Formats: sequence, structure tokens, C-alpha cells
Amino acid sequence: MSAIRLPWSLQENPRLGNWVDFSRAGVVRAFTAKVELGQGIVTAMAQIAAEELRLPLARVVLISGDTRYCPNESYTAGSMSIEVGGVSLRIACAEARETLIAKAAEMLSADASRLSVDDGAILLDGAPSGLDYWKVAPSIDFERPITGLAQLSNPRRTTYLGRSAARVDLPAKITGGGFIQDLELPGMLHARVLRPPSNSARLETLDLSAASLLPGVVKIWHSGDFVGICCEREYQAVKALEALRAGANWVEDETYPISQNWTESLPAMRSIDSESEHGARSVMEDGTIRLSATYSKPPIAHAAMGPSCAIACYENAKLTVWTHSQGVFPLRAALADALKMDEAAIVVIHVQGAGCYGHNGADDAALDAALLAREVSSRPIRVQWMRDDELAWAPFGSPMVVTIEGVVTKAGKIADWSTEIWSAPHGRRPSGRSTNLLGAAHMEPPIPFPELHEDLQAFAGGARNSEPPYDVIHRKVLLHSLPGLPFRTSALRTLGGYANVFAAESFIDELAQAAGLDALEFRLRNLPDPRSRRVLESAARMARWRANAERGKGSAAGIGFCRYKNTAAYVAVIAEVEVNREVRVRKVFCAVDAGLVINPDGVINQIEGGIIQSISWTLKEQVVFDRRRVVTSSWETYPILRFDEIPDVEVALIESDEPAPLGVGEAAQGPAAAAVGNAVASALDYRIRDLPITRARIIASAG
Amino acid sequence: MSTTHHLRINENAYEVVVDHYDTPLLYVLRDNLGLKGTKFGCGNGQCGSCTVLVDGRAAKSCELPAWSMEGKSITTIEGLGTIDHLHPLQQAILDFQAGQCGYCLSGIIMTAAELIQSDPHPSRDKVVAKLAANLCRCGAHTRIVKAIESAWRKAAPGAAQ
Repeated sequence: MSAIRLPWSLQENPRLGNWVDFSRAGVVRAFTAKVELGQGIVTAMAQIAAEELRLPLARVVLISGDTRYCPNESYTAGSMSIEVGGVSLRIACAEARETLIAKAAEMLSADASRLSVDDGAILLDGAPSGLDYWKVAPSIDFERPITGLAQLSNPRRTTYLGRSAARVDLPAKITGGGFIQDLELPGMLHARVLRPPSNSARLETLDLSAASLLPGVVKIWHSGDFVGICCEREYQAVKALEALRAGANWVEDETYPISQNWTESLPAMRSIDSESEHGARSVMEDGTIRLSATYSKPPIAHAAMGPSCAIACYENAKLTVWTHSQGVFPLRAALADALKMDEAAIVVIHVQGAGCYGHNGADDAALDAALLAREVSSRPIRVQWMRDDELAWAPFGSPMVVTIEGVVTKAGKIADWSTEIWSAPHGRRPSGRSTNLLGAAHMEPPIPFPELHEDLQAFAGGARNSEPPYDVIHRKVLLHSLPGLPFRTSALRTLGGYANVFAAESFIDELAQAAGLDALEFRLRNLPDPRSRRVLESAARMARWRANAERGKGSAAGIGFCRYKNTAAYVAVIAEVEVNREVRVRKVFCAVDAGLVINPDGVINQIEGGIIQSISWTLKEQVVFDRRRVVTSSWETYPILRFDEIPDVEVALIESDEPAPLGVGEAAQGPAAAAVGNAVASALDYRIRDLPITRARIIASAG
Repeated sequence: MSTTHHLRINENAYEVVVDHYDTPLLYVLRDNLGLKGTKFGCGNGQCGSCTVLVDGRAAKSCELPAWSMEGKSITTIEGLGTIDHLHPLQQAILDFQAGQCGYCLSGIIMTAAELIQSDPHPSRDKVVAKLAANLCRCGAHTRIVKAIESAWRKAAPGAAQ
């Protein structure tokens, strides 16, 4: 009906009533399936709705991630919440406003151009008309499809867009509540699930006698390798879990690889290969430089501060689940599949959890709670994972190996760039199927994790950001997708983008060095795109970049750049490090072009956090296994960056007249890693290509 | 066998009954008393999410048996400040928008509360040394440090309205 191409969320949820509701006097309810993960999305969405409806923020009630009310927008993922979900809500709210004004004009027999809105009241020639949004709304058809033709507010003259707004969720979180872990429902029981000690473990015998005698135990449910216990009080459940563990005998196999030298082990595995190639391979001239290098990253953990939690209540053949899942609709479908229930009998409600950076244990915990809730009808069941559950059982970010081969001409131009990637899947969310939920795989009969050989979509994230941003005549990407890793990997912030950008931005430094050019100069020489150049030049100015600084002095600066996914925000990072057995990152400068920014302070906060988290991944983090088990199941064995190791971070947003917002949530991870890696290489005059850059690797490099 | 303990929490006297003698203070606070501000993070004192003040000293409530708290004065985040009467540290966290998911913040604020009792204007070095045993996963560290440094200063430059 219109030539306008609507964002995906609007295509899927075209009714005006999918997005806004005026049925409650004095407030507008705006609906989104994008959920708060600590990234500030709820605040930004409320800003968007208030802006386009010309309302004070206080009149907007944002309903987020509730299958009863919200549009089905799949997952909160991929730095797309504002780009797609936010733009959709904006279009819907603008259309609601125009539709209401047009109807009011009709009711007042006046031309719409004479009408305006003040705090929801409709003014005629600037004076009260007696009408407001809520009086007009009943005359509007909210079933009508959104056309996308409404005039959006001008970003230069806005009340909320582009202005920093305080996070609406923070006050509750620092005064006593705010999280799903804090939700207490009447009659609620506390549950724990006895996870197997390893992926391969099968329950041989289970002695319930000690656990069942403990105080407060209401129900022990055992099906296959799934064992859950429900108690009246929480610590009773903790103690009962200990008793269950003592009574369980498991049979385990040695399924984990002997070598955790990923550079050796991943390329040796069976793979499904896909290749893309652009441009013609150049003929080697005299004086060209050909270089090849291999980089790796280990599996890493989400490691949320609050272990996963869910509450479920089964009553009158209906199931209600409270969850911190990133996708309430796909989870609802997955639960229906696993429990053999009709989707219509399940309600899934998002409640905020601890920071989440992808597919962690949230969905698994939801099924845990649902399985136990079916066994104890009418009482809400709260499942709380323990710390070792979270670190050992939430899916990991895949280990990856990246080899890049490049050619530089005499003129300092990149002629050839070929990338070869080995990666396990990054996309194994439940996505509407019961497969890939832990409880489903453990219960009897088990619903095993799916065979991966045909699910190429699961691997797509491995190639993220593997296409170099630079102007290269011939480029090729060969992705080796590895279906056979013996542990579960899935979405973690950037998917393959972190390793691919670390590799590419390390490699370009290696090329620059081989060509005898400064790292910044070499990038700019091969980067015609003005927005890319601008962030690099801005970061260089902020950091007072010194060209061709002397190497091997123990301290140095390094650069990293990417445009996330080659479609989202542009980020350039310069890190200053000192290396003395360990790496200390002292100062980080970052320039970001995110296009139209909804909440500048929110964007800066995301970028700062992304940089610090990336430094933690880059210097410290790796999931370690013995032949049977995950070894890194505590903070002691899986250390993350601490307060006394944090650099100063300075972030600048590039002023932009661009009309489109660009996703930022994941955009800093790759460039920050590369900046640190390049700085370390310069400080040591020796490059460490395998992550994390630990003390042991630095000492080995000195030897 | 259940035992009864008399605890003083946020200036209130409580009598709590626990079934297990080793029940940590954390579970008494959250489950018996409904004080959910103190968070479970690891259960073995490695993350600091459950930090409370015991006689003014920051302590990890997941490792303190409830029985050992008799005769001591316990302060939780709920006792530090409320939404209507925020403690300067809570106000500073909001002024600087010093949080992402916020799960670590209660414990961090309680740890910092001990510090600023004795040193209202701590240096950055003192703040980061004090917080070395508190983990944050989202990377809100730099803002948190700035907020704590200036909690007692009047003119905190609000990052947002």
C-alpha cells in the first residue's frame, strides 16, 4: 500500500494496536519486545515514544517483553534494538499521533493544521479544544495497518531524542529490588536443579533418602538426568541440593579435547566450508609484500553477575513464566514444544536480570522452572542457578582461529586480503524449538541438541566482520564451520565479530609494519569511507597519536577500528598500555559514530562498558576444561578484570546529521581488543596472537 | 534442627528461625526478612554482590552464618537509604548514571559506604583498592569510581537530567 519499506518489526507486527494503547486515562502504553539487559533500552524506547507522541516522559508506560501485550520482535540481540525495534516504535507512535490529530480535526470540523498537542491535550489554534488523546482514541481503528507515512519529528528540534535521559530502571536497583532474582510471589517455592558434573555425564544411581528427609522439601522430581528439588525456603533448597549431589553417581567420558591450543585443535576438526570472494586476484609485482598470520581466541563465558533465575506457575492447564530471556516469544514457542503444550496456554513475562550479553542460561532456567512447576501445581516455582551452574552450563562464546593472508603494493595499498576462519556455532538459541534447552536434553526421553550439519544459519555469526572495511582489490573469506565441538556454544556479544576484528585489526598493523608505514597512516591510506576516516582521525586527535613511535619500550599505544557488522556503528579505539610481565591498560580513547543517537549518555555508557568488558576478555578470560569437566566454574578460576585494573576511558560521540540510528551495543568489543593487542605488540616489539594475553604468554614471549 | 537467632538489622530487632545451623545471613535477609537488596552472586565470597555492613565494616553476607551475627549491628542497602531519602552514594550513582545492569551496585555501594565513613573524599587509588574484591561484569567501573569519589561533594556534574 505504500512504497516505504518498513522495518522488520513493523512488517511482522503491522497493526497500530501492536505498538500503542490509550485505554488507560492519562497514560500511553507503548509496547516493545526488546528487553532491558542493562543497556538502557527501556529508557531509550520511552524517549522515542514520548518524542513522537509529544508527551512528557512520565506519561509513557513502556511494556517490554510480555507475550500478552507486546509485538513479536524475536530476540533482543545484534545491536538491533534501536535500529529496528526503536525505529519501528518511532514510526508507530508518529502514526498514532497523526491519526489522532486527523480524527480530532474531523470531530472539531477544523483543518488539522490548526491543531497541536500539549501534554496529550489537543489544542485548536493554541487553545484547549476540549479533546485529548484519550477522548479521541476510542474513535480510532487500532487494527489498521501502519503505513509508515507519518512525519517523524525533526531530530534537530526534539525534546527527548538526542538528549541524555536518566535510566528509569536504576533507582529501584540500588534501593532494594529490581531483578527477577528479587521477585517474590505468594506461595512461591524455592527450587534447585542438580546439574550433571559434565556434558558427558549420565546418572547411574540416585539415592534420594538423605535429601528427602531434610526440612522443607516439598518435591523431588527426577526424569532421566534431570533432577530438581523444590523447598519452602531458599537455603533449604541449597542444602537439599548438596544432599542430592552426595547421593548421585554419574558415569562420565573423556570427551573434551586433550589440547586447548585452539590454533592446533580447531583446524584439525571436521568442518563444513563456505566461501565468498570478491574482485580479481592481483598479479604480484616486484616490491609487493605478502604476509600471513594466525590469531585465536578461546571459549569465553557470559559470566553474568547474577546467576540465571526463572519463576514458573502451572495452574488450570496454563503456564506463566517469568524470565530474563532475551526473547519471550521464541522462548514461549520452545517451552510449548518441550512441554507438549499449546502456545496459547503459556504466558512469558520478561523481568530484568543481571547483565546479559547473549544466549546465557536464562532460557534454560525458564524450562527448569516450567518442568518443576508442572509437578507442583498452583505454586510458583523459583529456580535459581548457582554460580558453578552459570559458569559451567550457560553456552560459551565459541573458540575461534583466524588466519589472514594479505598483499601490500609498493604504494602502500592493500591488494589482497584472504581470511580463513574456524569456528563453532554462534547462533544456537532455542528459537522456538525445545532443542538447545538444557532441561530438555537431560530429561527422559531426552530431546538432544540438534545435529548441526544442516543448520548453517547457526554458524553464520562466525564470519561477522570478516570482510575487511578497507579498500581491497581482491578479498576472500573461507569459513570452516565446526559442528563437532563437545560443548555448547552460542551467541555472546558480537558473535564472531570480536575474534574477526581482533584478527583483522592486528593484521593490518602487521601489514603496516611490514610496509614501513605508521599504523594510523596505513589505515587511512586504505580507507576511503569518510565516516570511517572521521572516527579514526577523531580518536587519534583525542589520544595525541604519535606516528611511528619506537617499539619495544615497555609502554605503547595501539589502534583498533571497525564498523560493527559493516552496517552498524563506527568505532575507533586507541589504547595505551604498560607491559611488565602483565599488561596494564592505562588509558583508552574512543570515537563513535552511531548516526542518530537517542540517548547520548546511554550510548557512551554502552561503549565504555564494551571497552572494559573487551579488555577483560582480551587479557584474562578463557574457559578451561580437563578431559571431562569445565574447570573454570568459579570466579577464582574464571577471573575477570577488577576495579584496580581498570583504565581511564574517554569516549567521544561524533556529531551526525544522519537520519538513521546505528547499533552500538556490541560495537566496541572488537576494536578495543585489537587496540590492546596492537599496543602490547608495540610495547614488547613481539606480537601475541593467541588470546587471552596472559602473564604466562608474555613471559613465554620474553624467553 | 531449627534454631532461633536475634538479629539487629537496619536498627530493627528481628527474631529469625532457621532450619540449618549454618544458614548464611544472606538467606536470612532475602528469604526470611524480604530484604532483597543484598544479592546472591557466587555464595563463596568471591564477587561482593552480597556485601553488607556489620558493625560498620563491609562483610560478605553469603559467608557469615546467621548465628554469628547475634549482638552485632547489620546494615543493608535498604538501611542505607530509600528511594525517597537516598544516601549520598546512591544519589551519586544516579547522578553519574554509574551502572548498566546494576546487579553489582548494592554490594559496591555497601563496600564504599565503609570507605567514606572514614574518608569522605577518597582518592581514586583508595576507591579502586577498596573495590578490588567487588566484581562488575558490564564495565561500569569508571563511572562507579567517579561517583564514589565525589559522593560527598555537592556539585556532582549530573551526566543526565
